[in-house]
Amino acid sequence: MASAGVSKDRSPNERPRGPQGTASGPDRPERRRAFVARALTKVYGKGEVAVHALRGVDLELFEGELAVLLGPSGSGKSTLVNIMGGLDLPTAGQVFFHDLELTAFDERALTAYRRENVGFVFQFYNLVPSLTARENVALITDIARDPIAPEEALALVGLAERLDHFPAELSGGEQQRVAVARAIAKRPEVLLCDEPTGALDSKTGVLVLEAIERVNRELGTTTAMITHNAAIAEMADRVISLADGRIAGVRENATKSPARALAW
Amino acid sequence: MRALNRKLLRDLWKIKTQVLAIAVVVGCGVAILVMALGTRRSLEETQAAYYERYHFAEVFAHVKRAPEYLAERIARIPGVKWAETRVVADVTLDVPGMAEPATGRLVSIPEHRRPALNDILLRRGRAIAPDRPDEVLVDETFAEAHGFRPGDHFFAMINDKKRKLRIVGIALSPEYIYAVGPGALVPDKRRFGVMWIGRAALASAFDLEGAFNDISLSVLPAASKAEIIERLDDLLDPYGNTGAYDRADQVSHAYLSGEMDQLVATARVAPPIFLGVAAFLLHIVVTRLVATERQQIGLLKSFGYGNAAVGWHYLKVVLIVAGLGVVLGFAGGAYLGRLLTQLYADLFRFPFLHYRLSFDVFALAALVTLAAAVLGTINAVWRAARLPPAEAMVPAPPAVYRRTAVERLEPRGLVGQPTRMILRHIVRWPLRAAMTTLGISLGVAILVSTLFFFDAVEHLIQIYFHHGQRQDVTVSFTEPSAERVVHEVGRLPGVLAVEPFRAVAVRLRHGPRSERVAITGLEADAALQRALDARLRPAAIPPDGLVLSTKLAELLAAAPGDVLTVEVLEGRRPLRRIPVAALVEEYIGTPAYMDRQALNRLMREGPVVSGAHLLVDARQDEALYRRLKDTPVVAGVALQTVALRTFRETMAETMNIMMSFYVVFGGLIAMGVMYNSARIALSEHGRELATLRVLGFTRFEALYVLLGELGVLTLLALPLGCLIGYGIAWFFAWSFDTDLFRIPLVIEMSTYGGAVLVVLVAGALSALVVRRRVDRLDLVAVLKTRE
Ligand SMILES: Nc1ncnc2c1ncn2[C@@H]1O[C@H](COP(=O)(O)OP(=O)(O)OP(=O)(O)O)[C@@H](O)[C@H]1O
Ligand SMILES: [Mg+2]
Repeated sequence: MASAGVSKDRSPNERPRGPQGTASGPDRPERRRAFVARALTKVYGKGEVAVHALRGVDLELFEGELAVLLGPSGSGKSTLVNIMGGLDLPTAGQVFFHDLELTAFDERALTAYRRENVGFVFQFYNLVPSLTARENVALITDIARDPIAPEEALALVGLAERLDHFPAELSGGEQQRVAVARAIAKRPEVLLCDEPTGALDSKTGVLVLEAIERVNRELGTTTAMITHNAAIAEMADRVISLADGRIAGVRENATKSPARALAW
Repeated sequence: MRALNRKLLRDLWKIKTQVLAIAVVVGCGVAILVMALGTRRSLEETQAAYYERYHFAEVFAHVKRAPEYLAERIARIPGVKWAETRVVADVTLDVPGMAEPATGRLVSIPEHRRPALNDILLRRGRAIAPDRPDEVLVDETFAEAHGFRPGDHFFAMINDKKRKLRIVGIALSPEYIYAVGPGALVPDKRRFGVMWIGRAALASAFDLEGAFNDISLSVLPAASKAEIIERLDDLLDPYGNTGAYDRADQVSHAYLSGEMDQLVATARVAPPIFLGVAAFLLHIVVTRLVATERQQIGLLKSFGYGNAAVGWHYLKVVLIVAGLGVVLGFAGGAYLGRLLTQLYADLFRFPFLHYRLSFDVFALAALVTLAAAVLGTINAVWRAARLPPAEAMVPAPPAVYRRTAVERLEPRGLVGQPTRMILRHIVRWPLRAAMTTLGISLGVAILVSTLFFFDAVEHLIQIYFHHGQRQDVTVSFTEPSAERVVHEVGRLPGVLAVEPFRAVAVRLRHGPRSERVAITGLEADAALQRALDARLRPAAIPPDGLVLSTKLAELLAAAPGDVLTVEVLEGRRPLRRIPVAALVEEYIGTPAYMDRQALNRLMREGPVVSGAHLLVDARQDEALYRRLKDTPVVAGVALQTVALRTFRETMAETMNIMMSFYVVFGGLIAMGVMYNSARIALSEHGRELATLRVLGFTRFEALYVLLGELGVLTLLALPLGCLIGYGIAWFFAWSFDTDLFRIPLVIEMSTYGGAVLVVLVAGALSALVVRRRVDRLDLVAVLKTRE
């Protein structure tokens, strides 16, 4: 089922188009950049009713890091992550994933990019109600190149016991962990999470965060997680703050606290 | 406008294509109902007015020659209102500018008064003058076919003498609304004409002065026609009576009634299918609407709207969609009705025929439609009305899915997840899946049962023209003639082969049943006209015994081995008991066959024949026709190739237009079902599809999940539809089964194929429309909202 398009092992010989050396975060040449965004703007609507969701964002994400995007409602977090995930295109500016310029992709290439490289976790789980936990994961592993077995992925998020349950038979937290398992089962290079705990209570949320943390640690998946819960930011390598469509600041956590230790 | 009504209109506008699709299905049903019943009404009323105004007779009889004074005794039969005698004769015509001979039916009219029965309507010209024996009135269609005007003339072979006849007027008669010539299957405007001529002139030409050979009666309303017919037969039998019959058996009337019955059969079959399917579609749309608006319903109720108000709100949706369909159906039905009436005006010779918009037909159609729509949706509306507000405000619990039975057999991993989703959707709503399948299959069925008519006609042609009657020309003689005459005919130019036949009018009795038919005596080695068995093989005519067509056997409740009483109605009128030897399959008329020599023996006559079938060299047609027109013994000439051409033309004219509408309707019903289920699936699974797209599934893969279910149901529907189509075709064949003709229940593979193809195309079109929506799914929006 794998379609031609973007793949992680495709472009070493291509002319490097990435803007090497340009970065807005602390410059650490030994770390390789997974994402580079330059002068991103996103405007919804036209004229009087135009909404500037992003007003010139420059950003980098490093391979293997766990970055948390923090910011008030409407600050443009989802917009930014959606653009990185290939769900949306900016009005202006460029986004590079390694050497590939996502902003130059067409619809088909973006689909292939999502399929091969990105794992998504959303606030509202978005499981397929007619498929069991195992089958929801298999939905992805069936079309991925080098997937983890669905059972293994579910074990990773602590759901080895609930393989054959339908979404209607799982709690919100369990559903969200299935979503995490589904997102990481294809061994994506990036995991993008938009308020994964937004619909969950603190205790259940921690279980989900533990799952994400474990994936980031054990599989080395570059992870960007949106939250407007400052407590969650403690588990990040870096915390990127957005405000009013701009990067308001980047802070590096000297010591990450494990997800288990978080509470809000 | 109240806010709630505005919401209603906006909601409908959002699903406008679905609304239109359902309205179109409703419209098809209403249109067919309005067309069929309205046209029937127009025919019926026109017929009744015409019959009454021009005193169409109710009982008919033909004799060889009966003295005029018998008429008085006939008029005194209790129950008879009026008796009118005539001289009627079929003659061969020589029409200027036409090579082939035509047949004219000369009907006498009184010189000094209007006919008391079977009066004629003078359309142009003037009535015939009493002292001019060569003046005739010609029926309008024949005149139009030849461009005749008053003042023109043509020739007729009247009793061995060629006579010139001048046309003084153009006329119409209720007796010949459907004017089909002797031995013909359909009217041939050019080759068969009715003409009216003075009684004295015609009587003297045929030596029938002071006598008649045709009598018609009108009867008193309370009288028993059967009794009158019996008495009439008693009086006429000594004079070569071929058997009196009721108006119901009068050819023109029978065809017209048959046509009207077909309209009723159409109205019985098609509209219920369309309205049933439309009701189902409305049901799924309203159910879906209620599901998506669940929280809004809760909100409305929390504001203080009552159950009735909520129920009425959704009922209005139903009424608006059905109402739109009714309006479309009225317009379409009136249009089709007008079209069909025009076809009939051409086929039938009415003085006027207009499609009348009758209020009660429209009212009936509207009522039936709205009732079907409300009945189909009342359950969904009721559930919406009764939804408790607190429950409604909470989002509906997610649908609970099960594993399908098929999967339990399947080793894990064989079926991909998308396919699994498809199977589970079907199993989750099995009733809806079944109804959708049924809906699509009804589309197939309508197509099959429509296209079936083409197969049936083709089969009929094959049997009748290519297997049964293989002659080019049939010549019938004025009198039973010696075989010598056949040899003379055989020597006419271009004749390659000649085969005589004997035809004798008889009444067959079996127990209490009796039928008036002609027995055709065939040569033992007949090669041109043959009786065929069910497998189209020529059936051997046994040296003794009767061979009956299956329909005749059915009418007489007779089977091979039964002995029938044969009452010959001509010549010395012998009475004999003859066994039924075999049955043959025939679709036209109710023929009976015997060996020609056996028939001669039955008649206690020598080796005489009634006519001959000829195989001719087409290159010498003109010479042959010229000779036939001038040959005195020839009473009539039937041309098989012309008959076949006319038959095809008539069928094409009357069938093609209507059938193409039905084909479109069948496609529309299939498309209505498929488009709606695709849209409902999109509405129900749109969020899942968007999720799949976000996860990196291609548009095609998403479309597969969306339309796979429909695809599976369509595949199931195709064979089912073919089966139902066969059933409907059977019903049509059964309900059009008359003494005059029957429809062979033959459906070719190509018909099934065509029906399947049309439905697949309709499905592809629906898929295309839905595909555009899948392409435009807003991925980001889905992520933001909870369902
Ligand atoms: N499709 C859209 N049309 C118009 N405006 C939009 C659209 N999507 C987002 N916006 C606007 O863009 C801005 C940024 O939206 P975005 O969803 O990125 O915010 P966010 O930081 O994710 O907020 P939240 O924390 O509430 O999810 C908001 O002002 C929002 O109203
Ligand atoms: Mg957001």
